[in-house]
Amino acid sequence: MKILTKWIRSYLPDLPVSDTQLAEDLTLRGIAVEGIDDLGVGNGSLFEMDITTNRVDAMNHYGIAREAATIYGLQLKPLEFAWPEAVASTIPFSVGIEAEDACGRFTARVLRNVAMGESRDWFPGAEVSTYFNLLEQKKISNAVDATNFAWLAMGQPTHVFDLDKIEGGIVVRRARKGEKLKTLDGIERTLDPEDLVVADHVKPLGLAGVMGGWETMITPATTNVLVEAAWFEPMAVRRTARRHGLHTDASHRFERGADFNAGPVASDLVSSILLANGGSIAGDLVDVRVADWESRTIHRKPITLALSEVHRILGATIDKEGITAGAVEGVLTPLGCELTNDSSRASAWQVTLPSWRLDLEREIDLIEEVARVYGYNRFANTLPAFAGGVAALPWAESESAMRRVLLSAGFNEAISGTFCSAAEAALTAPLPAQVVALGNPLSEEAGVLRPSLVPGMLGMVAGNLHRDVSDVRLFELGTVFSGTTEKVDERLSLAFGAGGNVAEHSPLYPARSLEFHDIKGVVEQVLARFQTRSIYFDRFPPEVGIIPMWLHPYRAARVVADGLTVGWFGQLHPAEAANRKLKDPVSIGEIYIDRLFKLGRRKPAAREISRFQPVRRDFSLVVNQDTAWQTIDLALEDLKIPELVDWRVREVFRDKNLHQSRLDKSTSSSEYFLLLGVTFQAPDRTLREEELQVFQARVIDAIGKAGGRLRA
Amino acid sequence: MTNVDIPNLTAFDEAALEQAFAALAKEASDDAAALTNPAAVEAFRLQWLGRKQGRLNEVSARWLKAAPSEAKKSLGQRFNALKKHVEELLEAGAGAGSTWSDSALAAEAIDITLPGTQRLLGAEHPITRTLNEITQVFAALGYSVGGGPEVETDYYNFECMNFPPGHPARDTQDTLVIANQERRPLRDRLLLRTHTSPVQMRTMESQPPPVRIIIPGKVHRNDAQDATHSPIFHQVEGLCVDTNITFSDLKGTLDHAMKALFGSSVKTRFFPSFFPFTEPSADVQISCIFCGGKGCRKCKQSGWIELLGCGMVDPAVFAFAAQKQPAYDPRKISGFAFGMGVERIAMMKYGISEIGQFYAGDMRFLGQFA
Repeated sequence: MKILTKWIRSYLPDLPVSDTQLAEDLTLRGIAVEGIDDLGVGNGSLFEMDITTNRVDAMNHYGIAREAATIYGLQLKPLEFAWPEAVASTIPFSVGIEAEDACGRFTARVLRNVAMGESRDWFPGAEVSTYFNLLEQKKISNAVDATNFAWLAMGQPTHVFDLDKIEGGIVVRRARKGEKLKTLDGIERTLDPEDLVVADHVKPLGLAGVMGGWETMITPATTNVLVEAAWFEPMAVRRTARRHGLHTDASHRFERGADFNAGPVASDLVSSILLANGGSIAGDLVDVRVADWESRTIHRKPITLALSEVHRILGATIDKEGITAGAVEGVLTPLGCELTNDSSRASAWQVTLPSWRLDLEREIDLIEEVARVYGYNRFANTLPAFAGGVAALPWAESESAMRRVLLSAGFNEAISGTFCSAAEAALTAPLPAQVVALGNPLSEEAGVLRPSLVPGMLGMVAGNLHRDVSDVRLFELGTVFSGTTEKVDERLSLAFGAGGNVAEHSPLYPARSLEFHDIKGVVEQVLARFQTRSIYFDRFPPEVGIIPMWLHPYRAARVVADGLTVGWFGQLHPAEAANRKLKDPVSIGEIYIDRLFKLGRRKPAAREISRFQPVRRDFSLVVNQDTAWQTIDLALEDLKIPELVDWRVREVFRDKNLHQSRLDKSTSSSEYFLLLGVTFQAPDRTLREEELQVFQARVIDAIGKAGGRLRA
Repeated sequence: MTNVDIPNLTAFDEAALEQAFAALAKEASDDAAALTNPAAVEAFRLQWLGRKQGRLNEVSARWLKAAPSEAKKSLGQRFNALKKHVEELLEAGAGAGSTWSDSALAAEAIDITLPGTQRLLGAEHPITRTLNEITQVFAALGYSVGGGPEVETDYYNFECMNFPPGHPARDTQDTLVIANQERRPLRDRLLLRTHTSPVQMRTMESQPPPVRIIIPGKVHRNDAQDATHSPIFHQVEGLCVDTNITFSDLKGTLDHAMKALFGSSVKTRFFPSFFPFTEPSADVQISCIFCGGKGCRKCKQSGWIELLGCGMVDPAVFAFAAQKQPAYDPRKISGFAFGMGVERIAMMKYGISEIGQFYAGDMRFLGQFA
């Protein structure tokens, strides 16, 4: 909204400050001036205002002048106009309010023999030409400009009709089903029975408080005019405007509450401007009011305001004096409130509210006005005392432990969009029937709430690879959604995606491509942060019911902790990779951290470290191709030899060429080679050779049963 | 150093023995002469005196055992002499080799200017980082951390935050809604929360005052993406409720927090604003962290940067809370709430120009925050 300081000063001739100072003082009191444009000598400045929606009363020149008067303690000039004698009218113009729930007041003024023409500066207080030029407001005709002038001056919407096109009189009513109205924007509209209209005795003339009608608009031929200035109920106007996709100055004001008493004043202003070009007033102002709305606007019950409450809410001021009774009165009176001392309480008032401030309804609203005008920055900075505990989110520690693993494995944290396409959701949802759609999505690609972090992760990984960033390691911790449109479940999930090399830069060692077992290592380390009894990895047995179609069927694993699926990971299916134009293998995975978090974090406990020397033995094994390491691993575990404290694969050779060159020629190509390292140690003694021999024999025996044998 | 196996002796006469032992003694002397560092000395010791594969062991094993009994005495004496000789060599060599010669070390030179081998560390997202900084500042002031759902009901997102149905203030928050809600009562309709403020109500409903809570979270609006707008963004919401919480407490708390976040020389100032759920409401500006308040491009020459919204909790909000927790009686308690946009703070702190960079997962962007 644009405001002229020249216009403001016409209401406050004694304003003692510069435009710049005025802008700052207004801004500090919530009437924000966002920009100041110097219009040259004698023209003052143009203020670009940003006024909060609750302060419609200040979205005009007079309203801002009132704020300035309050700040500087000045007298605001009343709105007065040159006013010719009325010519008595034999038949008063007929106005009826049928929709009393939606129209509180309707004033109509008949002007006869007015001359349409160009606007000029008509009289002091109606400098239409000057102000419009400075505001770069387009001039249309004296009649239309008059209503715009009243709007800019005092924020009251008015409307002018060509009186001769009105049949009978005015009725404010709801539209009839199927009724049609061509509005001023030239659009033919079919009205809804809920629409509020200003009608004559035959037809609707305009959408009440929103936009006038084409039929009755002012033309150069118009000679007789009806000036409307009314008060409409906010919701009725809002609904009408919404239904027709309209948002006009008038609807903006009425939706937020207009001044019940402004109608006659605005009507007078518009009429005076029109009459300045000739013509006469026919009869008195017709002013129809609904008593119920009067009591809810201009005759509202006074509010009690106690100084103690002002202090309880606002606290200390810098000057130590605090907010005094004088300060309260000094703020509220110039704003238009009437304060009388409350007879029942000391330092309390009964406050009568001004008609233009429908946003003031409660004691707290008045306290806010006191604080606002007194100046927020004159209050002290104090810190409230506190004696209590501080709690983190219940999963904060688990989350942070997990983050540490991923960060130290070289994964960058990413955040992706909350939405994905229905197709992506169908592919990745753990429960495909439970994808939740948006009612008003930003686009089709973002039509549903993500059921999995995978679509976003794949998008980000692909984005990097397409940008020629070859090494990608990302994780995202975020909410995923499932359910119905009645009830949406949210849970926290973790996804990670990677491609390119492992997270190590060295000038001395060759880079190595990241593969399945690198990701598995990360997963294992994440799992190791939690209290589990058993963890295993498998290949999505059919009975589990989840077979992620976007994963490579032989290079992917399901993660099971304590019998519960807690995630999966693997190489992206080559078909999916091709769909996304990815040439190199990409690894991806997801961990259901809500399940993991329920297990609780691992609690480290110290064990006695044996003083006795450990004995390490390596076994070079030949193993059947279809014997997985896990089989050997479990076989060794089943031995339950307390002194067998550690065993691990040191190396695996699967390269078929090795059979011929380095390794035992007696083996077949359906076998592979595995170097197993085991450690024996006792807590209480040095192990003797005989004991070791027994242990070793048992190890070899177990391996044999598992499908392996010692290399010859 | 030679490492030739000890050959078997074919003759055990004095001449043959003399020659064989002299050869070994010379060999040992030659080896010892080449000793330049302690590692070589140790290798010499193992080569000659090693318990398992030392050469003297070999001599003992091959020659002494094979020798006819008449030669054993002589051979034994010669053997002991050789052993003594080697031990003396070792002793002498140990001295000579105890200091590492510079030339020997120079031969092991490496290029120390080559970059080190780095295990790359991942980077926390700048939003997470900023969220954590903010929560830590408030944790030190006694604030616990809370959370709430991203899909909310109309009641929590709007109604109990004092946005009545049909209120124009709802227009300012373009809301993404869940499909097929039209038939449900307005208050139950599901939407993506447009602010973290609903968690204020969820917190108050779950516990009586006093409350001090900070709520980091993700919110959504039906906003097209541009340099500073995104349909997704993050907020940190704060709520403090107790007896005698005042507007000056709100000012002091936020002034303290801004100094903790941006440096002790930062100043704050408060402007009246409007939020349905607070009254009085304020916008907070901090003195420009780039120019110190003198005016620069970043602060549009104003010297100030707008950072957050706040206010005293509206009594109407307390009235909603009191439906479940009667202790939220607005006549007895008071409180303040505040909310800040995390992206805006992160963009300012790290000099990020496009909000979209936060959500693109670009390694080159994210890697900068390691």
